Amino acid sequence: MIDAPSYTANEILAVLSARQLKDGQVVFAGIGTPLLAATLAQRLHCPSLTILFEGGVVGAFVEPGKLPPSTNDQRCAKRSNMVLGSADVLLLMQRGYVDVGFMGGAQIDQFGNLNSSFIGDPQAPQVRLPGTGGGNDIASLTNIIVAIKHQKRRFVEKVDFITSPGFVRGGKSRSESGLLRGGVFRVITELGVFGFGEESGRMKVLALNPGVTREEVQDNTGFALEFDERLETTAPPTAHELETLRLIDPDRLFTA
Amino acid sequence: MLEAQVEPYKQLRDNMARRDRGLREKVTTLEAAASFVQDGMKVGLGGSTMSRTPMALIWEVIRQRRKNLSVSRCIISTDGDLLFGSGTANHIVTSWFAQGILWGLSKVMRHGVEADGKNFEEWSHLAMGMRYRAGGMGVPFLPTRVMLGSDIAAMRPEARQIDCPFTGEKLLLVPALNPDVALIHVQRCDAYGNAQIDGLQFMDIDLALAANRVILTTERIVSNDQIRRAPDQTKIPFFCVDAVVEVPYGSAPHECYGHYEPMLGHMEDYVAQVNADPVNGMRAYLEKYVYGPKSWVDFLALVGLEEVLDASRNGRSIYND
Repeated sequence: MIDAPSYTANEILAVLSARQLKDGQVVFAGIGTPLLAATLAQRLHCPSLTILFEGGVVGAFVEPGKLPPSTNDQRCAKRSNMVLGSADVLLLMQRGYVDVGFMGGAQIDQFGNLNSSFIGDPQAPQVRLPGTGGGNDIASLTNIIVAIKHQKRRFVEKVDFITSPGFVRGGKSRSESGLLRGGVFRVITELGVFGFGEESGRMKVLALNPGVTREEVQDNTGFALEFDERLETTAPPTAHELETLRLIDPDRLFTA
Repeated sequence: MLEAQVEPYKQLRDNMARRDRGLREKVTTLEAAASFVQDGMKVGLGGSTMSRTPMALIWEVIRQRRKNLSVSRCIISTDGDLLFGSGTANHIVTSWFAQGILWGLSKVMRHGVEADGKNFEEWSHLAMGMRYRAGGMGVPFLPTRVMLGSDIAAMRPEARQIDCPFTGEKLLLVPALNPDVALIHVQRCDAYGNAQIDGLQFMDIDLALAANRVILTTERIVSNDQIRRAPDQTKIPFFCVDAVVEVPYGSAPHECYGHYEPMLGHMEDYVAQVNADPVNGMRAYLEKYVYGPKSWVDFLALVGLEEVLDASRNGRSIYND
């Protein structure tokens, strides 16, 4: 028997995220794991994936070993199809050209709302976080996948501040807020893959990652989780997926 | 809290009518160009994050000890740190404020906001774009479908939610942003200010059109004949521009597309120093790298030849196969 390859939390995050993308899609990717996962998908099962970056890049083709330090650097633009202004590339989402938005976040709640602005009271914050960037735009305008580390302090019942809306307060509250399309449809962590109840808008576990128990996921989550009737076990990252990922990020910029 | 104030249209047009928009040479020194920025002004910065930051101009504005600036940029990085840390700006309007994703949170920003009364006013990235675009179009607002249902909108009463008069759908109106002065760094322009931007243009065209004054720094000044050989590359017309300064490496230690990538060694050292102690670390950095040098060239020498050459080799490699 061959030992299963070992991997870091960030590596399985990137691999599972990449698996969520389908060939031919147009994906708007944030920096970090989203950029890495979109690039990985493009080198594996999605050769005709079109990647957009908020710096204005349409059709990115990031060079292995030359990951950009932000989605506004020249490395994002090399070998792309087109460069636009930042507002114009964001407007492509508002018009509806983008299939999937792909982002991270500091804190997420049971309705998939993301906080990247404040920890504590926004008027007198305990921690002022960097803010939305394009996160609010992606979450408001597209179906999003969120890649996030699974920790109790990050998975909270109610975020301190809604920077990027998921299903807001559940039920129909997202569309009643004026957000007529889009919404969070997958959350990927090192512990599992999560979706949302169609009616309730509440997070539920779709699959557990290899070796992860229900209790472990629940213990690392600050609210009661539902488990899908057809709860699955994620297939572990393959040697090919990990090799390709390590080729793309040999310096472990986003996979340490 | 400072509120976005939309300039009345008559005032916007009167300001424009007073500007000298004739075809004239505008080449000046960094010192003279930076003096367009006066205490309390609204200043818009071109570029984004670590790219095409008008760093030499920011550096000179800080050296001139300006105060109480309200600075806007689509995404702000260590330039925001320097403006807060030096006391030059007390208000920063942006969508994202940290040194860079590689380094987590900016302790300088955090100290400013959490303990030092500084104001970081947050809008979504697209909202920033629509605010500059409205400013550049001469309209008081633009409608968007972002920020709805979020607490960012709840914190910005100057953004108004309306029911669309055509469809009844909810929309968010974001107010025009017309900076008093825009600072923009480009790859090349002529002496009149016809500016050509390579690669990512970010929000610079809208920003230039929106601002009541535009100061350009440029990697090189070229002839008007050269501009005319590639007019499709000209992104900002000369009549928007009030001053031109040739400043090679004018975005250092950030990047300028096709010329140099970020000088990451310097950035790493900077981040380690100011995040270890956002007050004294920043003071020491400002003394050594901003107030201390005799000139921008002197600053570049402190960054170091090896670092500058390395960044240049990487920057130019975008044109390699």
